Amino acid sequence: MNTYPWAAGYIDDGDRPKIVTSRFHLEDSYTLERYHATGGYAGLRAALGRTPAQVHDEVRGATVLGRGGAGFPAGVKWGLMPAEKYPRYLVVNGDESEPGTYKDRLLMERDPHQLIEGSLIAAYAAGLAQVFLYIRGEMPLAHERVATALNEAYAAGYIGRNILGSSFSVDIVLHWGAGAYVVGEETALIESLEGKRGEPRLKPPYFPAAIGLYGQPTIVNNVETLSNLPWLLTNGAQAFTAIGTETSPGTRMVAVSGHVKRPGVYEIVNGTTTFRDLLYGDEFSQGIRDDNELKAFVPGGGSAPWFTPDQLDLPFEGKLVGAAGSMLGSGAIMVMDETTDIPKAALTLTHFYAAESCGQCTPCREGGTWLERVLQRIVDGRGTHADLDQLMEIGESICPGDFPHAASERLGLAATPFPYKMTTICFVGPSAYAPVHSALTLFRDEFEARIPASATRARKQIPVTAVGAH
Amino acid sequence: MSRLNEANIILAKEIIGRYPKARSATIPLLHLSQQQNGYVTNAAIAHVAELVGATSAEVLGTATFYEMFKFEPVGKYLVNICGTMSCQLLGADELMHHAEERLGVKAGGTTADGMFTLEHAECQAACTEAPNMQVNYRHCHRMTTNAFDQLIEDLAAGRLDGEIPPHGTLARVRQQIPADKAAGVASLASPAAPAWFPAPEAKP
Repeated sequence: MNTYPWAAGYIDDGDRPKIVTSRFHLEDSYTLERYHATGGYAGLRAALGRTPAQVHDEVRGATVLGRGGAGFPAGVKWGLMPAEKYPRYLVVNGDESEPGTYKDRLLMERDPHQLIEGSLIAAYAAGLAQVFLYIRGEMPLAHERVATALNEAYAAGYIGRNILGSSFSVDIVLHWGAGAYVVGEETALIESLEGKRGEPRLKPPYFPAAIGLYGQPTIVNNVETLSNLPWLLTNGAQAFTAIGTETSPGTRMVAVSGHVKRPGVYEIVNGTTTFRDLLYGDEFSQGIRDDNELKAFVPGGGSAPWFTPDQLDLPFEGKLVGAAGSMLGSGAIMVMDETTDIPKAALTLTHFYAAESCGQCTPCREGGTWLERVLQRIVDGRGTHADLDQLMEIGESICPGDFPHAASERLGLAATPFPYKMTTICFVGPSAYAPVHSALTLFRDEFEARIPASATRARKQIPVTAVGAH
Repeated sequence: MSRLNEANIILAKEIIGRYPKARSATIPLLHLSQQQNGYVTNAAIAHVAELVGATSAEVLGTATFYEMFKFEPVGKYLVNICGTMSCQLLGADELMHHAEERLGVKAGGTTADGMFTLEHAECQAACTEAPNMQVNYRHCHRMTTNAFDQLIEDLAAGRLDGEIPPHGTLARVRQQIPADKAAGVASLASPAAPAWFPAPEAKP
């Protein structure tokens, strides 16, 4: 079994192609010396040998889907900037904090030069005059590794003025976060980088490419997305699209955690690897712990609606997973076995989003809090039957209409596809509801079993009396 | 005295100089003040505000948004136990319960000797290594109650001083941008395309 004490969680059994984790097996993979010895900065040299437009075309042609959560193609995103507005900025989103997600921290700790090189390639291709590398505050090792790598790269002439003797000049500034989940949302990230509270901006504009940092065109790309670019420029778009499927080329980093025999972070072939492979495959998590039955799993981070064994044969592919009622998000699978207390699991996730609400939008601030309170009293055995409807009503106020959910053979239920409608500026509010909706839709019996027999079935009606009527 | 000291003022000015707008340095400067004093004092907020050209209220508003900034003294070691999904599924509650008993404080409390502050924390991006915790944000993977006791003992005895700096020190390596290598700030005052970036050809 291939695991490495210096990359806790990373497993590379089997013979899969590696794009972003190709150096993880090397203990000193984060040093410039090792990076040079393993083909480092060849992608940047290749890029500088072409025009920015050619590099942009190469990336667009490879369909590098964003690895942060939304899955928007990087090359298309870069093309959304207004043509005549400068300066343009690049903000690297290293604020990884979606429950279940563990990949960007590894990429920053284990291969910081790859991220730096990817950022330089993006800056060159899209005409971005300054790069801000925003790293989550609670990751001091990532900060130290990236800071050291930046210092090395400046000294070696890879960053700064006249990079590698060319006219290309750009600074990369390491920026510290300070602990706020919502800042992973790209407009909140920009607010935070402006020194403000990390509150997501009202849409439209939908993309900071139009109006971003200081009101200027700004590209926000995820750490894993950018880490793909050195390999892509070195090996070409054709080699990149030869891996994976047409709609989801390349690889993806996926973390499988929870009740599996071998939790791990894997670089998988995009679009073809199934959830069954990931949960049960020998190369991957090797089955449910103690050979228990699988009850449910979260396919794409805490915000994603849940799947059950019915969905195991779906491939890790965005469109198919969306049609099946969930999302791939940030490559985070959390597995619950038969012993899992489902209402408690839903409460844990809902608590997270309620706690992380920035408080701007009433449906999220109040709704998330009430979802948590009502769930808590159900878990504590103090709930009523009316509470179950109450949870759905609160959810309806955050996400009006049908909320996405998976099909269930056991319940004779068809899938409702992604996405949802929402009454909030960002996805934090809907994310507080997602686990509640999934748990209640798929495992309502477990909630009902928690309600004491003494609880009344009917909702208490408070009589309304006209003013002055008595 | 809890304004930034002279060495930190020099550092603060250098950090401010990296951004097109000074206010962007607010969070890095708050970290700097927390590193100096162990927590963010009112005087530090006022000083950061002066340095970045904002009001104290604006800086306080920013600071209070973020979990990592503390406004009263905390222990030398901040012990954060993750309670999010995968850690919760694999024993976070038991670990927290044990930690409360071992340290003799409830979550949110600080031990009488000022060594440890215990906190509930949210996802620490190490979900495959559950249950997780952090000490001054340094990860401790796959924690057991025995490993927890050993860790607390080692910290109290100073055996981990080389690995885990006191609360407030975020990273022990700082970025340096050498003046002779810097490309310079992409200023809003120069709204031209970068010299190396050919503007798209005008459509006929």
